[in-house]
Amino acid sequence: MASATATKRSGTGKAKGKRKIRVMVGKPGLDGHDRGAKIIARALRDAGVEVIYTGLHQTPEMIVNAAVQEDVDAIGLSILSGAHNYLFPKVVELLKKKKMGRIVVFGGGIIPDDDIPGLRKKGVDRVFTPGTPLAEIVEYVHRRVRPRA
Amino acid sequence: MPQERRKRFSTVSDEEVAALYTPADLEGHDFLKEVGFPGVYPFTRGIHPSMYRSRLWTMRQFSGFGTAENTNARYHYLLSQGQTGLSVAFHFPTLMGYDSDNPRARGEVGMCGVAVDSLRDMEILFQGIPLDGITTSMTINAPSAILLAMYIAVAEQQGVSPRKIGGTIQNDILKEYIAQHSWIFPPESSMRIITDILAYCSEHVPKWNTISISGYHIREAGSTAVQELAFTIADGIAYVQAGIEAGIPVDKFAPRLSFFFNAHMDFFEEIAKYRAARRMWANIMRERFRAKDENSWKLRFHTQTAGVTLTAQQPQNNVVRVALQGLMAVLGGTQSLHTNSMDESLALPTEQAVTIALRTQQILAEESGVGNSVDPLGGSFLLEKMTNEMETKAIRYIRKIDEMGGMVEAIKRGYPQREIIDASYHYQRLLEKGEKKIVGVSCYTSDEEIPIPILKIDKEVERKQIARTQEVRRKRNARRVASRVEALKEASLSRVNLMPVILEAVKEYVTLGEICDAFRETMGTYTDPAMY
Repeated sequence: MASATATKRSGTGKAKGKRKIRVMVGKPGLDGHDRGAKIIARALRDAGVEVIYTGLHQTPEMIVNAAVQEDVDAIGLSILSGAHNYLFPKVVELLKKKKMGRIVVFGGGIIPDDDIPGLRKKGVDRVFTPGTPLAEIVEYVHRRVRPRA
Repeated sequence: MPQERRKRFSTVSDEEVAALYTPADLEGHDFLKEVGFPGVYPFTRGIHPSMYRSRLWTMRQFSGFGTAENTNARYHYLLSQGQTGLSVAFHFPTLMGYDSDNPRARGEVGMCGVAVDSLRDMEILFQGIPLDGITTSMTINAPSAILLAMYIAVAEQQGVSPRKIGGTIQNDILKEYIAQHSWIFPPESSMRIITDILAYCSEHVPKWNTISISGYHIREAGSTAVQELAFTIADGIAYVQAGIEAGIPVDKFAPRLSFFFNAHMDFFEEIAKYRAARRMWANIMRERFRAKDENSWKLRFHTQTAGVTLTAQQPQNNVVRVALQGLMAVLGGTQSLHTNSMDESLALPTEQAVTIALRTQQILAEESGVGNSVDPLGGSFLLEKMTNEMETKAIRYIRKIDEMGGMVEAIKRGYPQREIIDASYHYQRLLEKGEKKIVGVSCYTSDEEIPIPILKIDKEVERKQIARTQEVRRKRNARRVASRVEALKEASLSRVNLMPVILEAVKEYVTLGEICDAFRETMGTYTDPAMY
């Protein structure tokens, strides 16, 4: 495992001294499928993003508290158990309560197409489904998420 | 020679494959000793002399959703369609030791499996299914002792002696830390529960498979075929070692250990894996652990086709993938098989999708003729060479794990976990570079998708399940429940076998969550090291 590249690889064309994008990759709920989350975490790190991975079995409260503490710019959530309709919006709702609505929330996993409009309506910025190329997710993060000055 | 299409040909695990295999690849290979005959040590060709000519593999579809009533109806349907064994999928709260009314269960009830909180749910789950006439596999790990106890209690209610029931609990906690991640307690306490189960079942439930040592989830998490094989066998070694250290004679529990492997996408690599697994286990049991009973040497295994290879795009193509994977498992000599449904990349399977999956097995069994001869590919230069290489590479891993002090220590160091993350990322990179391909996703994509129906879990499930569990709590004898919970805590702090104490508790309708809470208090919990 190539460790600690996150702090070394800041050169993604951004001005020197500027803060890097900080993304929290979160696994809410009880499901243990973390292959996708870990691959996304590595891909973002390799693309110069600072990544904080929560580990498994987090409650929405745990994720939001950690996100605030780590001062992240975005949260990427992964769920493969079918509990996304409850857990994704819950994270958005808790962020709003903490007046942290600026944090972009996106997600992925086994999510039927029919559920996506409802999730977007509840404030999930983007939902990625299986088979999405990593480059597309990395590009999305760089385009959509701005590091706080 | 004409130009080849690629510079390098490799398996899905990225092991290089040659253009042609000849007798030169098997120089020094003693066919009679290393491959030999089915039903004879080292069982490379199969554990039975006549294999499917005598008895077909068990067709066992992993199944569970919603409430116990929903899943019971699905079981009756599958049995009516020719399924020959049951396999229970529990929802995540059960797997993690929470009752459905625990706040941590919100949004998850009945979503990814069936909700079982108390003996009441288990009674409904098996209503109308005589437990002396079927074998049942339960995918349950951290709380395995509790679900086994509930199953025994249901059997007793039906008037069936525990000595007569047959089935499997997965009960493979080591691969939970490595790959599947449904853990509750720290490794040492978990291993104690497992050895308690080994000892109890060898006396009281002699036909029960006490551990299904699983490579399936290791592979799903992104390992290579060699890693799946090596880590699974290394887990097996750790359980046998633990059983012996707990004072149980090896031949008393080893015959009831079984295995569970993945059927991934690379045809010959997978078949080689099953054959190598049998040879390795026979050798380890006879030479390393000095087992005398032949049944201790035999690696019996279940196979499930690889969920991770199913695509959400053009899901109809998954039927073909599953048929190929099922064929690999049969050519590899599996004892039972689950074939995935085409819609499992989107949701839990509909009745229609699971029927096609079951029919796929029935076509393999009744039409294809592949079961007519034993190990029909044995003796192929390619397959024997691959089997040998698979074994050599897996042994190298096992030696490394031995040097670390065994699998429990290796897990604490994060060794197998890291190997899997690396392999998974490596494959993803190959995919993104176009060196590996997935039809319908990275090539031959189409804009027009033909939609398929999807199973939706009724929103009422959560409410109904919570209501039932709360009713169970109201109706039971509070005083006896409290004393059972105390007994659980006390037993867990001493060295007595936990199984009888758990059995007494479930019969008083102490819930799964309550039992796990008692143990959480005395044993502590495990948290994800969160490496990536």
